[in-house]
Amino acid sequence: MPVPYTKLVIEHFKHPHNVGEIKNADVKVTEGSPACGDMLTLYLKVDPETHIIKDIKFQSFGCASNIATGSILTDIVKGKKIEEAAKITWKDAVEALGGLPTVKIHCSVLAADALHSAVEIYMEKTGLVKEKKPTTKEIVMSKLSHVVDPLTGIDIVRSGLIKTIHIKDGVLTVILDLPKDHQFAKNIEEEILERLEHLWDVTGVKVIFEG
Amino acid sequence: MKVYLDNAASTKMDKRVVDAMIPFFLEKYAVPSSQFAHTYGLEVKDAVDEARVSFAERLGGKYPEEIIFTSGGTEANNLAIKGVAYANINKGKHLITTQVEHNSVLNSFRRLEEEGFEVSYLPVSKDGIINMDVLTRCIKKETALISVQYGNHETGTVQDIREIAKLSKEKGILFHTDAAIAWPYLPIDAYNWGIDLITLSPHKFYGPKGIGILFIKKGTRIKKVLDGGFNEFNLRPGTENTPAIIGAKKAAEIFSREDVDRILLLKKRLITGIKTTIKDVEYNGLKEHSLPHIANLTFKYIEGEAISLRLDFEGIAVITGSACYSKNLQASYILLAMGKNHEQAHGSIRFSLSKYNTEEEIDYTIQKTGEVVSDLRKLSPLGREDEE
Repeated sequence: MPVPYTKLVIEHFKHPHNVGEIKNADVKVTEGSPACGDMLTLYLKVDPETHIIKDIKFQSFGCASNIATGSILTDIVKGKKIEEAAKITWKDAVEALGGLPTVKIHCSVLAADALHSAVEIYMEKTGLVKEKKPTTKEIVMSKLSHVVDPLTGIDIVRSGLIKTIHIKDGVLTVILDLPKDHQFAKNIEEEILERLEHLWDVTGVKVIFEG
Repeated sequence: MKVYLDNAASTKMDKRVVDAMIPFFLEKYAVPSSQFAHTYGLEVKDAVDEARVSFAERLGGKYPEEIIFTSGGTEANNLAIKGVAYANINKGKHLITTQVEHNSVLNSFRRLEEEGFEVSYLPVSKDGIINMDVLTRCIKKETALISVQYGNHETGTVQDIREIAKLSKEKGILFHTDAAIAWPYLPIDAYNWGIDLITLSPHKFYGPKGIGILFIKKGTRIKKVLDGGFNEFNLRPGTENTPAIIGAKKAAEIFSREDVDRILLLKKRLITGIKTTIKDVEYNGLKEHSLPHIANLTFKYIEGEAISLRLDFEGIAVITGSACYSKNLQASYILLAMGKNHEQAHGSIRFSLSKYNTEEEIDYTIQKTGEVVSDLRKLSPLGREDEE
């Protein structure tokens, strides 16, 4: 095959493992955006007693490398304890695939980022996080920097879409500089909820559109 | 089944073209510029001159010396743009082109900008065509050259070069058109339409690689951009690629209108077949004023490199405008200039046909594209609502 990929990459690309959705997943998280090129959604189901990843599935709007990395990375972490999964990096995935062309490395980074976000959310949800820090504006901003505006491909923090953030009595209010009828308003709201709702000291999240 | 649908990149040479070239490798290998020294050279010069006459006639030119042979379309574009810009500095240092030109045109203009020229890059509509009013407004007293492609190599959209040529004439500005992908699929008539410079690329029409043609209307002020000997009327130095010149002539001679009609039918069959079997497909570009052999489609919710790689496993060769495919990880600047977003460029595929394609191949492509798209959409987090 004259394509610049290893046999294993091609194999995982042609017949990817762990593809699809998990209904009632413990965590669902989306990394990237169609606008910036690649996008990957990850679902986790974790045993509440042992914290072992029982099931993991992914969906990809991405290229061959993105699909292949999603496939092998989910293979690697399936059956592992959540703390062990947190230590898996994009380098492990690339190594397991027998390498990727240099320009394609970023595709594997995206998949690993999605994994780390998912693990973080699970640990926060279940109280596995060692020190429970109170949720501050800075923490909220850093979480929201993973939410991408589908129109521009730039995250909503950097693109200045966030007008203000209020935290009062456990209720988080995010005010966006975006009209309510914006074509991606619903997607952005969903992703914001995905990133914030589970935080230990957050009792509710409100997204308000003021564009 | 093997189906080559990347003919906008390059075509298979016609066997008759190869046959016409062979004597110029093995017997008539002298250089045409040695005409005054020996008969070997004279014989080759006669053949090259015949090729010049042939192209001048086909393009609607009047004189054989209006045809300059170069190393390819890229060099022809470089010579046309830089050569005219340098030679007409007394008229002014303003130039006009579009945002959707081939890289050899765009980067020639960018180089001139670095050297102090001012360049206007015309925007295009969502279908990829320029607006004549905008062009008119861009024209200044100092404008020395307008360069607009005939047809687009990625979307097949055809510009109204007759109107542009007319306007250029009225304003006294030289007009160049890059017809590398368009001619001879579409006709051209240099004198009657008022075109001063035309770029051709024979390997796009079953001719050899390594040869380009620049038509330069007699009297056009132009400077050579490569330094060397006095070949090609002192406009393009270097030993003439005589086998390729002869091959180019042959390819133009045997190019057939019937083939073009058949290719157009195949393209329509492909588009209709895909549109009826696959949901959520967008056509990129103009449907009516389009090159007969190029179709550019966006398959929503999935990525183009994944599509083209899967199709390659099935023996089908196409390319994509996705950022994942390009070396610089940038989505097609042509689709972006047409107002498409990254997501639309991401799932775009260019199908480009030739006279060698058959109905069976097209039907096979429709079937396999359907399978590949449906397979990849199963992996995609997008567009699920439409399926349920």
